[in-house]
Amino acid sequence: MLPFLLKRFGWFLITCWAVITISFVLMRSVRGGPFDGERALSAEVERAIAARYHTDWPLSRQYFQYLGPFNLDEQGATFFGGDGTRPLGGILTGDLGPSFRSRDFSVNEIIAQSFPISLALGSVALCMAICVGLAAGLLSALCRGGKIDVIVRLLATIGIAVPNFVLATFLILFVAFRFDWAPVAGWGGLQHLILPGLALGAPFAATVARLTRTGLLDVLSEDYIRTAKAKGLSPGLVLVRHALPGALLPVVSTLGPAAAGILTGSLVIERIFGIPGTGSHFVNSALNRDYTLAMGVTILYTVLIFGLNTLVDLTYSLLDPRIELEES
Amino acid sequence: MGMDPRELESLLQAAKEQRGQNPWREAWQRLRTNAAARVSLYMLIAIGAISLLAPLWPLPSPIALNLSPEPIAPVAPWTEFGSDAWQRDAIWELGPMDRALVSLRAKLFGNWQSAPWLGTDTKGRDLLARIVWGSRTSIQAALAAAFCSLAIGVLYGALAGLIGGRVDNLMMRLVDALYSVPFIFLVIFLVTILGEYRVELDRRFGIDREVVFYLVIGFVYWLTMARVVRGQVLSLRNMEFVSAARAQGASTLHILRRHILPGTLSVVIVYLTLTVPAVMLFEAFLSFLGLGVEPPKVSWGLLAVDCTEALSPLVNYWWLACFPAGAMATTLLALNVLGDGLRDALDPRLRGSRP
Repeated sequence: MLPFLLKRFGWFLITCWAVITISFVLMRSVRGGPFDGERALSAEVERAIAARYHTDWPLSRQYFQYLGPFNLDEQGATFFGGDGTRPLGGILTGDLGPSFRSRDFSVNEIIAQSFPISLALGSVALCMAICVGLAAGLLSALCRGGKIDVIVRLLATIGIAVPNFVLATFLILFVAFRFDWAPVAGWGGLQHLILPGLALGAPFAATVARLTRTGLLDVLSEDYIRTAKAKGLSPGLVLVRHALPGALLPVVSTLGPAAAGILTGSLVIERIFGIPGTGSHFVNSALNRDYTLAMGVTILYTVLIFGLNTLVDLTYSLLDPRIELEES
Repeated sequence: MGMDPRELESLLQAAKEQRGQNPWREAWQRLRTNAAARVSLYMLIAIGAISLLAPLWPLPSPIALNLSPEPIAPVAPWTEFGSDAWQRDAIWELGPMDRALVSLRAKLFGNWQSAPWLGTDTKGRDLLARIVWGSRTSIQAALAAAFCSLAIGVLYGALAGLIGGRVDNLMMRLVDALYSVPFIFLVIFLVTILGEYRVELDRRFGIDREVVFYLVIGFVYWLTMARVVRGQVLSLRNMEFVSAARAQGASTLHILRRHILPGTLSVVIVYLTLTVPAVMLFEAFLSFLGLGVEPPKVSWGLLAVDCTEALSPLVNYWWLACFPAGAMATTLLALNVLGDGLRDALDPRLRGSRP
């Protein structure tokens, strides 16, 4: 397992580095920086900006400064902070730099403020997706061919096809405006998470329901289930102890992509419901040319998705001993 | 043990008559028995025709503003059927084929245009016309980006599968690594940055924002395609009929063209039908965020934006939400159902292995 993790991590570092480098080059070579506005700035202001954001440095020096506490100037490469003149910085030390737009905040501060909100929303959505999806899939598989099965399958197909922002609009229009039990927008308490969580989780609930249904039906036709029944176990016990663990394997494997999808889907959902999470900040930063913030969020989510994928692969191999980690 | 020559003759005749079933015909038969997939196919053909021939339909202009204070609610065709208010030039720049279609429309229907059967939006633009014209942009984007991803994915996957060994291993590890890149973020990032160069790109290479957009999306969605194609090539490469062909002295190119590419075609088609809805969703997603198609052009994503902007607890403009969402959901649903049906029909072994 350890070699697998190390190999994975090596690839992850390379990926991260490539993402950072490509975005950095694009970001810095782009004309029309975030400071270009309607008014021309005075020379003094420009100097101040250059001193804060190091825009007067050569690109290579800026790059190494962004990457880590490396100082690359005429004297060669040294570390920042050695003489105490400049603070440590760079992604390697976990510092994503200052925000280009919100001038009083660093990217880290903005992420620290907004990420818990996105995390709460994402967790609610994921929990909802898993609970609703599992229940629906189970019900549908047990009543195979019945009315419930048909309804669940129909809803699942629709759930996969309807984009989350359309669902959000419908929820606002037909639930929030009609009944008063969930607020339309804003941020504050748990009740603000109901509708966005529902809109965000629904497509994944549909996927989970589908996978549970097919998984369960496949497993129920296996020989060992017949053996278990022949032993005289009760149907409930057969289901819980023998059928479900095998049936849930595909569900587990979809959790990684689902979590990633929920993270990215929250871009739109946060915008519709006016939730001040990382997703809204990211969209605004991209639209406002706040490149450091956009890049910081991209890096954060790369790390997050990598972590989730690895976690899911590990869980998968634990649940199913037939799977070898080397194979992918 | 002598055999009757006549018996031999009849055996030979029977063997001649027993032709191998063409796998494509077999797949088509399987698809035809799948009612849902068949209905989806017909529906998609209809949607495609409606959107391709958009300039022909006697609809009001999708962008002509009518600054009434309130959007008009849907009007049933039997209360108000239409009027002679159509103006020919109230549309963005069109290609030669579309101009011909517009002329044909003028000949067929004169200045007649339909009443707002599906209502109008907050700026007084006809919703039905916007849905029909928006379908063009969305479908075009989906097809262009899907083919872009197809080209990259098939090339990459086939190359990895054919070369094999270390190179294959390295190429596939790269794909694995790319899976953990949050592409939506990267795409938004790229689209905004490339947006700074739009004038230059347009002037020098004739690439406008939409093309950039297709390329970028295509660049995102090739991963699964590459994986699937590579797997298929790998399994085909070791098949006995390929060894037999090689033993007969067939060249690599011949084997590739005759035996391997046709084998991958089925999975490619399946994943293409599953990529198209994903890309369509993505286009809507980006347009929704203000990063995709730009007004005055219409796309389904932009219609969703119009709808959320008109959301208010005081007035209920339900048609702004229902009809565009209905159109989008129907198309996506049909594509998904057809994709699933095609997968089951073309490659029963793939059943249930959708990522």
